[in-house]
Amino acid sequence: MEPVLAIFVGLLFTTAIYLMTSRHTIRILMGVAVLGNGVNLLIFTSGRLTRDVPPIIPAGLDAPLIPIANPLPQALILTAIVISFSFFAFLLVLGFRAYQELATDDSRDMRLAEPADDPLPPLGY
Amino acid sequence: MAGPSEAAIDYSRAFVMEPLALADWLVIAPVPYCLIAGALLMMLRKNAELQAKAAIIGLIGLFVLCGALLAHVVENGPVTMTMGRWLPPFGISFTVDVLGAILAVTASIVAVACAIYAAEDVDTTGRRYGFFSFLFLMMAGVIGAFVTGDIFNLYVWFEVLLIASFGLQVLGSEDRQIDGATKYAFLNLIATTMFLVATGYLYGVFGTLNMADIAAQTRTIDDARPLYTLAALYLFAFGMKAAAFPVSFWLPASYHTPKVVVSALFAGLLTKVGIYALARTLLMLFPDQRDAFADVIAWAAMLTMLLGAFGALAQTDYRRLLGYLVVSGIGIMLAGIALATVEALSAAIFYALHSMVVMTALYVASGIAARIGKSFSMNDLGGLYRSNVLFAAMSLVLFFSVSGLPPFSGFWPKAMLVRASLDASASGLATIILLTGFLTTIAVGRVWAHAYWKPAPETMGTPAAAQMKMTSLLPLLALVALTVGFGVFPETLLQLSDSAAAGLLDPSAYIQSVFPAEGAVN
Repeated sequence: MEPVLAIFVGLLFTTAIYLMTSRHTIRILMGVAVLGNGVNLLIFTSGRLTRDVPPIIPAGLDAPLIPIANPLPQALILTAIVISFSFFAFLLVLGFRAYQELATDDSRDMRLAEPADDPLPPLGY
Repeated sequence: MAGPSEAAIDYSRAFVMEPLALADWLVIAPVPYCLIAGALLMMLRKNAELQAKAAIIGLIGLFVLCGALLAHVVENGPVTMTMGRWLPPFGISFTVDVLGAILAVTASIVAVACAIYAAEDVDTTGRRYGFFSFLFLMMAGVIGAFVTGDIFNLYVWFEVLLIASFGLQVLGSEDRQIDGATKYAFLNLIATTMFLVATGYLYGVFGTLNMADIAAQTRTIDDARPLYTLAALYLFAFGMKAAAFPVSFWLPASYHTPKVVVSALFAGLLTKVGIYALARTLLMLFPDQRDAFADVIAWAAMLTMLLGAFGALAQTDYRRLLGYLVVSGIGIMLAGIALATVEALSAAIFYALHSMVVMTALYVASGIAARIGKSFSMNDLGGLYRSNVLFAAMSLVLFFSVSGLPPFSGFWPKAMLVRASLDASASGLATIILLTGFLTTIAVGRVWAHAYWKPAPETMGTPAAAQMKMTSLLPLLALVALTVGFGVFPETLLQLSDSAAAGLLDPSAYIQSVFPAEGAVN
């Protein structure tokens, strides 16, 4: 099962990197979202996969009887999902504001902070 | 394994049974302190005056906490606290050594200075939108990153400080800020995602996230090949966070756009967290892999230094020039990591502390200059020396310090690094360090000549002798006093940075602190 998921993670990364090489903020944004999901799946896979055995210890015992799914990657992914979702929300609003204020979503035209026709430093005194 | 739960359970197999000494609570104290203070300040948002005063007092309290933590660590060696009293590596550990503690102390000093400056610089609207709360949240992230002993937890603190810094970056919502914030936010998010990728692979290899546990295992692992991938990914991710060449371009694109005090905070704190994380992972967790990548790091260091110095030379804008100086300082710290001898590392740590203080002070100085001269451009500024001699004198001290001239704090780490690189027969690195110092002197000398020394341009009118209130100069005065103090009396700081460097290169005390019984685990 792991190799299949590993290939799938690779596909997600490829898509994300392709999207992020775009000049348009909206595509970069989608790239970031896909990358976030790819990473979550990566953590899940590196925790090794077991099928159909939830990590629950039966009542009355203090250790599981059979090998169970690794609960730690699930906890890590839960944290990562929350974080990447909130960042995605922030970036979505930021990208939209940038589109409204700067009237472009092309990162090459976003030159307000670093104007192309910046005056040269004074040469003499 | 399994047994009835009614039977006596041996809790000592899973939990730390001894109660924690009161002093050890210092390990965790600064982080919840910041989070609670940030929440309380949010409630005070309607009373802008009181909020600023409370924030300054709160940050002084943070400084006291961090200072006590440093004193505790210097006396007793690395201290560990594991959450929920689970035995490490199962609980999340916070482990503080001298390196983390001394960076936390300097970060809190920088934050106090910035809060005092912000009391004048940030208007009521900015405060209502939560400037001081964001400041405390960012401090929670920064200090959390310095004290944590768990690599996934480090990622979480990175995200905490990142989201707080986004809030600070867009505070005010000017078009320029939105432009800078877009580049800052996207590129930093990609960097932290790469950090998460590396951490996912690391978990797959080791099955643990506790840094002491990993440090013990990397030194005995049978198949070290995957570790090279891990080290390369961490180098890329943290290099990007620290603004190392060739992934440094987000910094000069964004650091001059927010409010001056926000630039000052970012320059003092954020890139140094990247350097700290790079040192922690490459030196403590993957020492052999760092040796393999030493040449790559050295080249990145040299190019970062040169990019920063030449970039600074080409600028007209005071604040954009400072952005490039931050980058060139990162190159000098990377040089220490590339050499990785005790002396070189000690110099890099010393330089990081110096850079936190001096870069913050320089941004504050640029803000005061713009307040007097109504501009950041060297074409419009002038006559600052005539307006306020004390301010001009302090700026000159900072210019000398950032260039690495004696007797200020930038001199010692650069001298040590040059000696260390000559000892390691890396004469290229030594040449570039000296050349960068020379170019930086020219760049800041030009700022001095144009903005301070030459008369104000006639189009701007002659600025009246600016009588600044002492409170506006107070944060600058304090930071300048620190850089002079570190420069004239470097011994104490050198001892601290030496022991921090030794602790990175030989983490046995760090590991011992997390796993006291076994010495080395597994």
